[in-house]
Amino acid sequence: MSTPAVELVDVTKSFGPVTAVDHVDLRIENGEFFSMLGPSGSGKTTVLRMIAGFEQVTSGRVMLAGSDVTDRAPFARDVNTVFQDYALFPHMDVLANVEYGLRVKKVPKAQRRERAMAALESVQLGPYAARRPTQLSGGQRQRVALARALVNRPTVLLLDEPLGALDLKLRREMQLELKQLQREVGITFVFVTHDQEEALTMSDRIAVFRDGRVEQVATPAELYENPATAFVAGFVGTSNLLTGQAARTVIGREGTFSIRPEKVHLDSEVEAGFTSVRGTVTDVVYLGSVNHYVVELDAGPTLTVLRQNLHGGTDQALGRRGQDVTVGWADEHVIDLSGRAPEHQHPEHDQHDQEEKS
Amino acid sequence: MLHRHPRLRLGLLLGPPMLWLGVLYLGSLAALFITSLWTVDAFGGNIQRIWNLDNYRDLFTLDVYRTITGRTLVTAAAVTVIDALLAFPIALYMAKVASPRRQRLLVIAVLTPLWASYLVKAYAWRAMFANGGPLDALGVSPGYGLTATVLTLSYLWLPYMILPMYAGLERLPTSLIEASADLGASTATTMRRVVLPVLFPAAVAGSIFTFSLTLGDYIAVKIVGGANQMLGNVVYDSFLTGNNLPFAAAVATIPVAVMLVYLTAVRRTGALDSL
Repeated sequence: MSTPAVELVDVTKSFGPVTAVDHVDLRIENGEFFSMLGPSGSGKTTVLRMIAGFEQVTSGRVMLAGSDVTDRAPFARDVNTVFQDYALFPHMDVLANVEYGLRVKKVPKAQRRERAMAALESVQLGPYAARRPTQLSGGQRQRVALARALVNRPTVLLLDEPLGALDLKLRREMQLELKQLQREVGITFVFVTHDQEEALTMSDRIAVFRDGRVEQVATPAELYENPATAFVAGFVGTSNLLTGQAARTVIGREGTFSIRPEKVHLDSEVEAGFTSVRGTVTDVVYLGSVNHYVVELDAGPTLTVLRQNLHGGTDQALGRRGQDVTVGWADEHVIDLSGRAPEHQHPEHDQHDQEEKS
Repeated sequence: MLHRHPRLRLGLLLGPPMLWLGVLYLGSLAALFITSLWTVDAFGGNIQRIWNLDNYRDLFTLDVYRTITGRTLVTAAAVTVIDALLAFPIALYMAKVASPRRQRLLVIAVLTPLWASYLVKAYAWRAMFANGGPLDALGVSPGYGLTATVLTLSYLWLPYMILPMYAGLERLPTSLIEASADLGASTATTMRRVVLPVLFPAAVAGSIFTFSLTLGDYIAVKIVGGANQMLGNVVYDSFLTGNNLPFAAAVATIPVAVMLVYLTAVRRTGALDSL
């Protein structure tokens, strides 16, 4: 295997009595778009800041392109960061901001000006070179921050929730643009986000963080189809989690199981390899292209069912409220999470608070 | 009735302070300037309302007054520079390093001396510089003189420099300092290229206080300055000893003029927005 762009070896970070990052091992390959996904306080930003050098590790090693940088200051590490608040220098114009990294590295003036202009043009901001950061919109500042980091051609680009402050439409555009930019420049991107959709859209691989630990590192498809833990199943997409009594009555076995809402059929026929159970529709949410049904099973637990709106309209969908239905799913779509849960799993984690995040 | 008459409302709100500013504040400044254009008769010492520029001519032509003006300006500049150099690390520590709790304690610590009497603090410094005093015992006392005056005034006005600098650094996002380091700048370069430029308006705001307070001071120099005189002493002596109010007024106009020039100059830096 080639040398990874970033490698964390058993990294722990404590702030006083609080352990923010707890024995994390990570390998980020060269040229990868790698996302660190997790709720706030899960340690993902702290890991990013330790790679950048803004935080010192409490124990463990940080390696960049094969060399140990654990004790190196941020300015002695070949990484650049795009900050959440962009951190553009207010007293410099856009061009001076982009030039800054080259300037402090004593790149000759003509050369740095040329490279900075090229970087600005690559993010379509050439005409804005003489503006002050305060005269730009949020999306434009974001691009300046990106150009300012990329112009230094770092080994690794670190991005700390850079799209968080943008509105939804602009964020979607920037997601695709970032991904395209990453393919063009071929630099390793390490991207921190709490938005699972964002992570799924852009990443080659995703590390899911929870309480300072890594729950799973996998490709987006793997993460979704084959979550390692109940937490991942709930955080990445929505999940119907069945544990304890619910698992015994619905699945017929002991353990923890997950069924994706879109894998559950309404009005299913009884057939081989299929499980069908009776229930009542207690709520319908009309979402345009899809409908979201809440079905209370006769056996007790509640399932969320997602159905595409292929035929029929609002009235038909909403009219199903209160109806008795048979719901079913292919047995192969039941993900068995038993025995895969890490030791720090919180068993009281129910599906409701996870639905809110998705 | 008030809510239907916005002009009356505004008048009631701003009337008293406008009266104060217009009559007492600007009025006394105008009276000062007008008096400086009068003269006193040599024998009776009464003010004669004869318009002339003799007071100003004396001020600009007599060596003693030029020396005193120069000394006062140099003192004010030295106090300002010393305060800026002392205040910067303190303010940086308060704003960017100290925990929130320690930050509050330090703000209180900086403000507390302002509650103590000016005279007491000046005499405390006199004791510090005295023959056989603590500094003398250490062998580093400059004795009474201009150096002692500069040190005493630097001490007295230091809070007025720390507070605006602290406020300025508080407003400086930590991410800017991190971004600079991230882009390869050493700590010294980050200070020079990011922190100081962003802090400059705050430092200028502080300097307005230290500079103007020093320009007008005449007590500290009496207490620790030995035989040295500042413009304030000339004002005081012309009036009390010389019974020459017009000349005192002319001398007092100098600091006002200097501050007007200074304020005009710093307005361009945006420092007045940080006050």
